[in-house]
Amino acid sequence: MNPETSGVTDRRGLLQRLLQVGATALAGAIGAILALSNNSVRAADGTVRRKYRYGMVIDTRRCVGCRACVVACKAENKTPPGVAYTVVVEQAFGTRADDKPLFMTKPCFHCESPPCVDVCPVSATFKREQDGIVVVDYNRCIGCRYCITACPYGARFFDFGEHYPAVAEGTPYAQVPSPEYGQFRKREPDESPIGNVRKCTFCLHLQDSEGRYDKAAGRWPACVKTCTGHAMFFGDFNDPESEVSRLLRERQAVRLKEELGTEPNVYYLL
Amino acid sequence: MGPQMLRRLFWMLGGLLFTAGLFGWYDRLVFGHLHANYGTVVPWGLGVTFYVYFIGLSAGAFLVSSLVYVFEMKQFERIGRLAVFTALVTLVIALLSIWPDIGHMDRVWHIFAYPNIKSPMAVITWLYAAYFVLLLCELWFLLRRDLITGASAPGLQGTLCGLLALGSRDVSGDSALRDRRVVKALATVGIVMAIMFHGGVGTLFGVVAARPHWHSALYPLHFLLVALVSGGALLVFASSIFAEGWKRNGETVRALGRIVLGLLLLDLLFQLSEWLIAFRGGIPSHTASLSLILGGPFWWIFWIWQGLLGTGVPLLLLVLPTRHDPRWVALAGLLIATGYFGLRLNIVIPGLAIEEIAGLSEAIASSRMAPSYFPSVSESLLGAWVVGFGLLLFGIGERLLPLVPKEEGYGRV
Repeated sequence: MNPETSGVTDRRGLLQRLLQVGATALAGAIGAILALSNNSVRAADGTVRRKYRYGMVIDTRRCVGCRACVVACKAENKTPPGVAYTVVVEQAFGTRADDKPLFMTKPCFHCESPPCVDVCPVSATFKREQDGIVVVDYNRCIGCRYCITACPYGARFFDFGEHYPAVAEGTPYAQVPSPEYGQFRKREPDESPIGNVRKCTFCLHLQDSEGRYDKAAGRWPACVKTCTGHAMFFGDFNDPESEVSRLLRERQAVRLKEELGTEPNVYYLL
Repeated sequence: MGPQMLRRLFWMLGGLLFTAGLFGWYDRLVFGHLHANYGTVVPWGLGVTFYVYFIGLSAGAFLVSSLVYVFEMKQFERIGRLAVFTALVTLVIALLSIWPDIGHMDRVWHIFAYPNIKSPMAVITWLYAAYFVLLLCELWFLLRRDLITGASAPGLQGTLCGLLALGSRDVSGDSALRDRRVVKALATVGIVMAIMFHGGVGTLFGVVAARPHWHSALYPLHFLLVALVSGGALLVFASSIFAEGWKRNGETVRALGRIVLGLLLLDLLFQLSEWLIAFRGGIPSHTASLSLILGGPFWWIFWIWQGLLGTGVPLLLLVLPTRHDPRWVALAGLLIATGYFGLRLNIVIPGLAIEEIAGLSEAIASSRMAPSYFPSVSESLLGAWVVGFGLLLFGIGERLLPLVPKEEGYGRV
């Protein structure tokens, strides 16, 4: 009897069927893994096809360690105690003749291969296709802090729900929302972003609908805008005429921990 | 001190930890993470350590049970069910340790709804779900016939057995044979699963290249070995007090003690490799965490807790003539099982306690930036609750469920 006409599958037919299903599933799984292991916005020759590739160039010789960037970021993003999207680390070199310490402001580097993104169990943190900014979906994030462990640069912070005394719960200042992600969230107990991991967004809420910043209009990352020594430069690396592209061409720049293959989009001039 | 006395002590300890720990839950639910002592440089603390430790015990206990149900080693048959039940209890408390540790407890389902298959954390969470179902099924098929006969017992035990039998009535020899086949199949799948999820926990740490202390190919393998040592040791101790105690299980306790000794020595070899390669390689970022373990503020966790109490003393107890007395072997089991918690602490905390960028911890004024960690009162109480809950759950199960097989001789399937 022909198994196809009878509607009954004999053992051989079943085995064939299973093999087919198995082979399809395997091919699918391999395809999915291959697709996932390549950055999807990366073309075959390794170049990045993105509308914008935002990044920074930071001149450590111009940095005086005033921390205006830290304060400007706090004022812009209304970050609570213990959360600072950029911090200034300083290191004294006792052997240096001029006795000048190194100051280095350190925002998120928005890496080309961000290790924080790969470890997130719920894909709550990801690299935006259009401009490469690494963001956190506050509604998706479960607050496991795995990404904090995975970031080699200490760019991520957990929001423990602390308040500065001046903006403590119940004060009128506490009602001032943060413009982050254009979501204008107020700090409420147990509500995101409390209990989430937070990080620098390059102030993406200042972009226009096309994803562009405007330095002249003041729609520019708060830290760069406020830097007293003009040590911070921001811009689009895809644009060869941008300030940051020019600086990379003309000066010797380094990126931190190149050996990890993260390819930061923030460069330092020494 | 007889098993009776030890069991009373066990109940008191469980009740005390459970009750005191309720305050930890109150604090977590009302104040969230405010009173936790982890921060941004050390973002994981006691909760994660407990989770890693308990999930290891679960994998280890389950793999020991497979000696009976897959490899048909009769000398361990008396504690086979106890091992599977231990695996279930430790799995439950492992998940209860990590649950309040995350920022939004109500979003756990996100891992099932939006999994990122590149994240080891997502993959092992899926495996836990499957493993939990597998453990329930295996335990049910193991106990089924005894649950049916136990249903005729008076009181709570009879009622519970009747309920758990789920309407099954067949106590024939045929059905027993079928149960064994099902258990063997489940236990075989379970071995693969246990290796995957606990190797997976090692992978979870191992893939983090940002933390050189964790970034070692040895990690998934070492985690499995640690699971076997600590899980086996816990079973040595448990089977000396429960399932009719050392008077009935003496031979089993001694045999399992020998296996644990072998595994412990193998684990020492693994640890030695890790230390040797790191220090002879001499890359500062690799040795920083290890130096912290040896001579940091918590040096005693390595030298006293993990080294002396968790390894040195039990090693002697298992090698010297004390190895013939199940009571000494049981003590060795208890020491290893608790001592290996120190080892887990030394995996999680020192790996994090090195700032990723020099000067980071002093860049802003916040206790959350501290490159050191000691659990807060509320964290400790939450941990105490989890341990207490585990002890009570185990105690209740051991009293009410037929965890000691009535018929000796587990035939070939």
